[in-house]
Amino acid sequence: MTEEKEILTVSPGVQTDKTEFNPEEAYEKSKFALETENLTVTFNGREAISDINSKFRKHTITAIIGPSGCGKSTFLRSLNFMHDLTPGAEVSGSIKIHGKDISEYDMTDVRRRVGMVFQKPNPFPTMTIYDNVAAGLTLHKRQSRKILDETVERSLRLAGLWEETKDRLKVSAMALSGGQQQRLCIARTLAINPEIVLFDEPTSALDPISTSKIEETLYMLKKDYTIIIVTHNMQQASRLSDYTSFFYLGKLIEHSKTRTVFTAPKNKLTEEYVIGKFG
Amino acid sequence: MTDYYSMIKNNSRGRKLKSRVMLFLCVFAAMLAILPLVYIFFYTTIQGASSLNLEFFTELPKPVGETGGGMANAIAGTAILVGLGSIFGIPVGILAGIYVTEYSKNMFANIIKFVTDVLSGIPSIIIGIFAYGLIVIPMQRFSAYAGGFALGLLMIPTITRITEEMLKLVPHNLREAALALGIPRWKTTIRIVLRTASGGIITGILLAVARAAGETAPLLFTSFGNSFWSSSLDSPMASIPVQIFNYAISPYDEWHRKAWAGAFVLISLVFIVSLIVRLATRNKYSQSA
Repeated sequence: MTEEKEILTVSPGVQTDKTEFNPEEAYEKSKFALETENLTVTFNGREAISDINSKFRKHTITAIIGPSGCGKSTFLRSLNFMHDLTPGAEVSGSIKIHGKDISEYDMTDVRRRVGMVFQKPNPFPTMTIYDNVAAGLTLHKRQSRKILDETVERSLRLAGLWEETKDRLKVSAMALSGGQQQRLCIARTLAINPEIVLFDEPTSALDPISTSKIEETLYMLKKDYTIIIVTHNMQQASRLSDYTSFFYLGKLIEHSKTRTVFTAPKNKLTEEYVIGKFG
Repeated sequence: MTDYYSMIKNNSRGRKLKSRVMLFLCVFAAMLAILPLVYIFFYTTIQGASSLNLEFFTELPKPVGETGGGMANAIAGTAILVGLGSIFGIPVGILAGIYVTEYSKNMFANIIKFVTDVLSGIPSIIIGIFAYGLIVIPMQRFSAYAGGFALGLLMIPTITRITEEMLKLVPHNLREAALALGIPRWKTTIRIVLRTASGGIITGILLAVARAAGETAPLLFTSFGNSFWSSSLDSPMASIPVQIFNYAISPYDEWHRKAWAGAFVLISLVFIVSLIVRLATRNKYSQSA
């Protein structure tokens, strides 16, 4: 209990619902951006993850770690309906965004609230840098030039790419380096102003300098967004995240504060993984 | 002791010789492939260009015995027939390709793929007879509609197959990226996937259109041919290939020259259209490759 109070005081963006004063509900509403209950994903009947119960606090970074094939990405992708495209995939259990069940939202609306950055940079090759960042807006509905200009600049600044690209916004996105492309993808995701941003190993294909730039960006984003990041890099998890979830064989083994996971894990499996005994 | 250096040298001489022989065979095969094309092009140019004059593009065909006259109605007719065919064939081909790759992973898609392959192997004269049975007989007359339908039907398998192949080349993660931005599936397909593949699809459409423009067999039973201007789409219409066919099988020298000129015009048209579309799409999509 003391731990939760401490977190409440340090998180700056808590919103309390004043119209309907129900302290319990307001407390619940403000605390978690995303919750899952008994979340299970199967591919052609084979379970990839089972019964994941997890809660993600607002304005925190949660790292998801675990050996390859343990279901980290599967879990992350289920949070914004990305399994919709995979034939044979079935998702059961419930996901709540701000306490409201995901089924009450429109699917595209969920994806606009829960943005995602992928492992490999994937800018749209036929578009310029500007159009890439604006794509989420322009393909949603018509927008005025002014709003687009502002959004593109704000998003590129947030992603730390503005200084490098402000003079060549009309150049093809493919002209950028891998690290720049990944930051462009981050800017593209931020442009639609999501509440939660999912990162699926965003730096695993990048060099150390690009990696550190993206980590800086993530750290800054924390104050406005809730971030969940899948990573294979233990150091990255420990230096970046507030909370860490350890997945193993499709199960959530441990979810606690990053410090706890890396210094005094409750589960023996977690300890063995963190110190490098397997994985 | 064997001289190591000379051993390599001997060996390398053998390998170089083999390499030369194989390279020669490759070049020879390439020449063999290009030769007919070059020959056709030059021979048609030599034979056709000399019979070509302004009249050819502006006048109607003259009866036997009279000199002069042209193929104006056939040139316009080919444009109309190919246009009609494109209106029918291009959308159907592209939509079928999109369905097969983007929206269906079941047996039905495989059936469509198989049927498309079979359809592309059907001789064009059979397509012509099919259009004859389906449109000409019920309408009781030859018409441009029937000709356009036959040409469109010929275009469909090529366009479907090319669309399918090109869409398959678009990386899956682009679709995911677009969907993750909350862009609806249909918009993702049109604005992201189709646009990324558009360079290849346009090339495929061109191939199909060029092939349709040169088809004679399916038009013999459908648009039939006409020696006069035909403005109505439900009456017989002239076309360059059919006109060439009629002229070429005639016993008159004058008409043979006209047939050569027609062949030259047909080849030039296909060549020019390909060139224009290539140039127009090159800069726009070269970075997408």
